[in-house]
Amino acid sequence: MAEYKGIMVYGELVEGKLSSITTELLGCGRRLADELKEDLLCILAGDKLGDAPKQAIAYGANKVYTAEDPLLKEYQTDSYTTVLEKAVKDLSPRVLLFGQTSVGRDLAPRLAFRLGVSLSMDCIELSIDPGTKLLQQTRPVYGGNARATFASELSPQMATVRQKAMSPLAPDESRKGEIAPIKVELDTAKIRTKVLETVKEEVVGVKLEDAQAIVAGGRGIGGPDGFKQLEELAKVLKGAVGASRPPCDNKWVPDTMQIGLTGKIVTPELYIAVGLSGASQHLAGCSGAKNIIAINKDPEANIFKEARFGVVGDWKQVLPAFTEKVKELLAG
Amino acid sequence: MPLNMIVCCKQVLDPEAPPASFKIDLSANKVVPPPGVPPVVSPFDEQAVEAALRIKDQQGGKITVLSLGNNLLRDVVKKPLSMGADELILLEDEAFEGGDSWSIANALATAIKKIGEYDLIFCGRQAADWDAGQVGSGIAEILGIPSVTVAKKVEITDGKAKVERVIADGYQVIEITLPALITVSNELGEARYATLKGIMAAAKKQPTVWKPSDIGLEPSQIGAAGRRTKLLKLFQPVKEGKCEIVEADTPAEAASKLATRLREAKII
Repeated sequence: MAEYKGIMVYGELVEGKLSSITTELLGCGRRLADELKEDLLCILAGDKLGDAPKQAIAYGANKVYTAEDPLLKEYQTDSYTTVLEKAVKDLSPRVLLFGQTSVGRDLAPRLAFRLGVSLSMDCIELSIDPGTKLLQQTRPVYGGNARATFASELSPQMATVRQKAMSPLAPDESRKGEIAPIKVELDTAKIRTKVLETVKEEVVGVKLEDAQAIVAGGRGIGGPDGFKQLEELAKVLKGAVGASRPPCDNKWVPDTMQIGLTGKIVTPELYIAVGLSGASQHLAGCSGAKNIIAINKDPEANIFKEARFGVVGDWKQVLPAFTEKVKELLAG
Repeated sequence: MPLNMIVCCKQVLDPEAPPASFKIDLSANKVVPPPGVPPVVSPFDEQAVEAALRIKDQQGGKITVLSLGNNLLRDVVKKPLSMGADELILLEDEAFEGGDSWSIANALATAIKKIGEYDLIFCGRQAADWDAGQVGSGIAEILGIPSVTVAKKVEITDGKAKVERVIADGYQVIEITLPALITVSNELGEARYATLKGIMAAAKKQPTVWKPSDIGLEPSQIGAAGRRTKLLKLFQPVKEGKCEIVEADTPAEAASKLATRLREAKII
């Protein structure tokens, strides 16, 4: 039986560069690898990887495996699972990490079932048990109401990691590492899906994931018109507008504005929650914010348990005066 | 072309129950069901039923709902029938308790093999209790069929499914050959309400109940015994809960005071 060694990170590219979650995974992977005194490995797949392998080394990888093939231009479950299955069987890493992204949440479970091993999705903490040397995988469960820690004795031990839960290392161009291409053998007849179109629904202005200030509205906003007032405050703060699930489900705002367990994970300096009760599934997406401010007419609303400052009152009466005062303070 | 569709639905504790009612039995690593709050069909699974019903509305077909668990409340698990699904099969036994994604997907896939004919299988993107998000992909892998996860729209044309898959900043349109498995996300839109006619029809229907031996599984392969993932600890994160409530005579004054406090605290 193969000896399973090393921490392997499955890396993703965005516009030709390593995605931020990949640098976070490498940061976390480096820590785990050092604890075990083993190597940090990275695997990248795509049609053109460019400088990304070198970047992965700068962010902490000892060895980067590259799968480059025109058939890997777009992520597809069948092709990527096949490539990863072969690589993992050949390289037998002890731990295999993915980002909790559109790709990771599709690829990781399919691969885990093909390999017959266990997987924990959306982990926010990973550590090595000093006794058993097993990966302790902690993740939110029950919509964020609780957390659970899992482990498995099957190898490789697989986990996907929530965005922004881990910190990347500062990139260091002088770090040494090896780049090794791996052979891609794909039978097009076995790829049972075809990507017909990719539709971007970019929101104008600051992206939610990058925003330092977010004004988020919930069910209490009552309709699309209310969100215009939220936009005004966001503009003053040079931030972005987000929402909990109900406004998205009711089509008041686009789905891409959803923050939460099944939406975006954000970590701004300032998060102003307006007319938003603070359901656990929403908090899962914003609890990493540095300062949460709540405006809600229900003093018992769960959001006040998470907030640093709050006003109990009808947002329609609170928000205009708040926006005016913030404008005044920022101008002065 | 009428399609044979299967939808997997899980009975879960109501995720809309107030967070304050959420309690854990730490010694058993289990959640204590909140008193007086009945369980529900996991919301994403209801939307999976909705996805199947929309296809049935368009071109006809048969929808079989599959639920796995123990002590399944008939009023809960029959809800998809009252929405318009045709048949309900329950994998119900004490031995199914305490499973993980692996043992649940394996049991469901084995039952689907026994059902035999299917063009499309639907699951919710994740269950509202453990949020594992693996069972759909797992069933597809065990059955050897292709899958698309996190769908917001599904259409059938020329014997293939066209699926809109939610991605970070938009969606992808993916064509997939049948039979296929699709997991459904909330972006699909709300599931329809049960009609009175539907409720009456559902009340008359008796679910088929399968025990592990009916699908040829040994007790060692199912539930807690069949787990591949060990649960070490279930706990509630500690919350500091120190919110400074800014008060004033009028909402406008409170708003203004809040802005000033944020300035003082160097937050803005």
